[in-house]
Amino acid sequence: MSRQIDYADIQSIPDEKFKLVQTDVKIFDAAPKTRPVGYFEDALRRFVKNKASVAGAIVILIILLFVILAPFITPYKVSDFDQVYAKSRPKIKALERSGFWDGSKKMHYNERYLMYMYAIGMGASDTTGDSKVISFEAGQDNPYRAINKINGETMSGGQNYWNVTVDSYYALGFRYLTITEARFNAIREFEEQSGLQVLYPMVDREGKFGSEAGMKDANYWYRQAPNGAPLSKKGKPMGLEEMQKEGLVPNYLHDDKGELQYFVPRDKTMRDVRVLYYNYYQFMNGKEPVFYFGSDSQGFDIMARMAQGTRLSLLLAVAVSIINLTLGAIIGAVEGYYGGAIDLIIERIIDILSGMPFYVVATLFQLHLVQTGKVSTFVGLLFAFILTGWIGTAYRVRTQFYRFKKEEYILSARTLGASDARLMFKHIFPNAIGTIITSSVLVIPATILSESTLSYLGIVNFQGQAMTSLGTMMQLGQAYLSTDPHILFFPAIIISLLMISFNLFGNGLRDAFNPSLRGADE
Amino acid sequence: MDKEMAKYVVKRIILALITSFIIMFINFVFIKMLEPELPMMGAQAETEKARRIALGYNKPILVQFGIYIRNIVTRWDWGTSWKIDYLEPVDSLLFSRFKPTILLNVYSTILSVPIGIGLGIVAALHKNKFTDHFISTAVMIFISVPSFVYAFLLQYTVGFRLGWLPIVVYSLHDAGGWTTKAMFISMIMPTLALSFNPIAYYARFTRAELVESLTSDYMLLARTKGLSKGQATVRHALKNAMVPILPTIIATFLSVLTGSIVIERIFAVAGVGSLSIDAIRFRDYDVFVMTSMFYSVFGLTLSILVDLSYGFLDPRIRMGVR
Repeated sequence: MSRQIDYADIQSIPDEKFKLVQTDVKIFDAAPKTRPVGYFEDALRRFVKNKASVAGAIVILIILLFVILAPFITPYKVSDFDQVYAKSRPKIKALERSGFWDGSKKMHYNERYLMYMYAIGMGASDTTGDSKVISFEAGQDNPYRAINKINGETMSGGQNYWNVTVDSYYALGFRYLTITEARFNAIREFEEQSGLQVLYPMVDREGKFGSEAGMKDANYWYRQAPNGAPLSKKGKPMGLEEMQKEGLVPNYLHDDKGELQYFVPRDKTMRDVRVLYYNYYQFMNGKEPVFYFGSDSQGFDIMARMAQGTRLSLLLAVAVSIINLTLGAIIGAVEGYYGGAIDLIIERIIDILSGMPFYVVATLFQLHLVQTGKVSTFVGLLFAFILTGWIGTAYRVRTQFYRFKKEEYILSARTLGASDARLMFKHIFPNAIGTIITSSVLVIPATILSESTLSYLGIVNFQGQAMTSLGTMMQLGQAYLSTDPHILFFPAIIISLLMISFNLFGNGLRDAFNPSLRGADE
Repeated sequence: MDKEMAKYVVKRIILALITSFIIMFINFVFIKMLEPELPMMGAQAETEKARRIALGYNKPILVQFGIYIRNIVTRWDWGTSWKIDYLEPVDSLLFSRFKPTILLNVYSTILSVPIGIGLGIVAALHKNKFTDHFISTAVMIFISVPSFVYAFLLQYTVGFRLGWLPIVVYSLHDAGGWTTKAMFISMIMPTLALSFNPIAYYARFTRAELVESLTSDYMLLARTKGLSKGQATVRHALKNAMVPILPTIIATFLSVLTGSIVIERIFAVAGVGSLSIDAIRFRDYDVFVMTSMFYSVFGLTLSILVDLSYGFLDPRIRMGVR
């Protein structure tokens, strides 16, 4: 509600009723109360608004965390390997036999081989070697059983096949080893301390219940016909159903007095033994075999190697990024500022360098410096990246210099006596900083991609016991794509994640530092 | 073509020739500086040794380069392979490996250009709506994931798990020709693996260009004078947005070509890419120089074509005029 103001009333206010405020204070423009927003802060503010880029940054952080923490999470070192546990599936011990991340693989077995796999658990259940017959049920409860689950049966070519999920760690079962007497005694000691049984009775391989396959394969501990079919107590070949009913008859080796034999002397010092390899591994390494990301074709731990490979890629990429941007900035600045002959010469050099395919440059460096042993593979590759990598930045900086060097503020600075270097780096260069920061981030995924491609192709060879790269891992894993895809897919996944997250992050930075380029291409 | 344009083209070609000559010199000198390798045994090694002495391999490298150039100029003799395909002239070796590489790249271009541009147009027309966000996110992901990852995924799922397509490309002998149906089917997977990156790239590029044309003043004018939105888009915005796309296609063709080295390796294609990798592995000198020259010359030619195509497509750009 507004009040009616009577104009006449205001006019009639007497003069003495007015009073002057602030007669002794001078009023100036107040300093702004709000905080000033600088170039970088402004960019950061814009960056945070872009959700995709923030997501990219978070993924990068997670990968960095993985790279740093993986060596502490996995019980394996980069150089650890065990040929026997090569191509093991990813496994987390707590999820054992759960069907997810449990080190299992799906297999396709015929009847005889299915019984062979069942026999591993059954054989492991016979801890004393006294049993005359080992029942099928004993194998089903045994913690060392190979078979997790039967998924179904199929008929093909008149034969039954079973789709089976087996634990790739337990499926190895027993192994014959030749060890020294000292180690034999050490195993005995280990068995007593830990309560784990490593040594199992030797098999009468040359007896009448042995077979050709059983000579080398320690999982044939049961009585069998020459064709490999298990024999019942009465000496009758059994199928799966009979075997489940009647169990398997051990074919252990006894000496003349009927004593069970746990080893056969090979010569004066060496003994042939039959070990449950899972427990033998614990004896040798002091830990259970568990590869969180599986193991590769040579038995290296994929997690440890992947962390190492990613670290190598990131380190290379960051080094390349820093060196090339510095180099590119300096060359571009000189080129753009002085122009003329210098510019022309450098442009021709750039023509030649960029005309050579990168794989050729990398090859020549590898052949000349790395294979002759002058520098390490890493440094050789770094040189190759440096030789051609500065070109992009130099081009961008040069453009900026051409644009700004004729501006009036440069002229006035020159008149005031500023040196060339001061003009270049104090007055012109800051104009180019936004583009440089942006490209410094986008150089990283490009370098990672080139590095992994080159090492995948074998042009750059990072293959070694203590060193690998993601590309090398993929190269080695490719042969097992159909049978053991995890060897290839873990490095492929992390490299894809790296590429996606760095590109998102880099694009976000570009938009943040240069809003006018938003959504535009390059 | 006016006079200035012709002058510009000639200048570019001469520069490119000089550049490729220098690149050839560098390749030649650096590969020859390595210790020569003779992994062959017995009589063959002796023959090879004698052959190399006859070819002047024991002379100084610069003299060797002179001989090399003389042979090329006088007899078009680029040397012979001594390991990959014994005593086969390298130019015919390169030519025989050339077809599958080009075929793969052409297939990939034919596939990716329309799909990529189409997606880009759809995204631009639905700017900032769900379709656009969906396409742009997919583009971001597909542009980042390396082509060999697609190759592995395709090989594993389509090739191995489903068994729909052959896991590797058939050899020429098995397929009976480069253009037979069997060969085409076996090339589907490498083509796809090669195409995801360019599709995403074209889509992003087209979207950016079209968004810019759609918001420009002449579009407003077109609408004001009574054109429907569709008419204005097709006749004005799209036409202008297409100008920078042709040069991009040419440039992308080059990157696909070098990118196909990996794909050729994964799918066992006997192309230029695998030839160049073999040349490095076996130190087959002449093959190495020839294959790296192939990529260099291809790149230089395409870069001239890219610059020229701008001039042809956009009358505002005039070549050679400063």
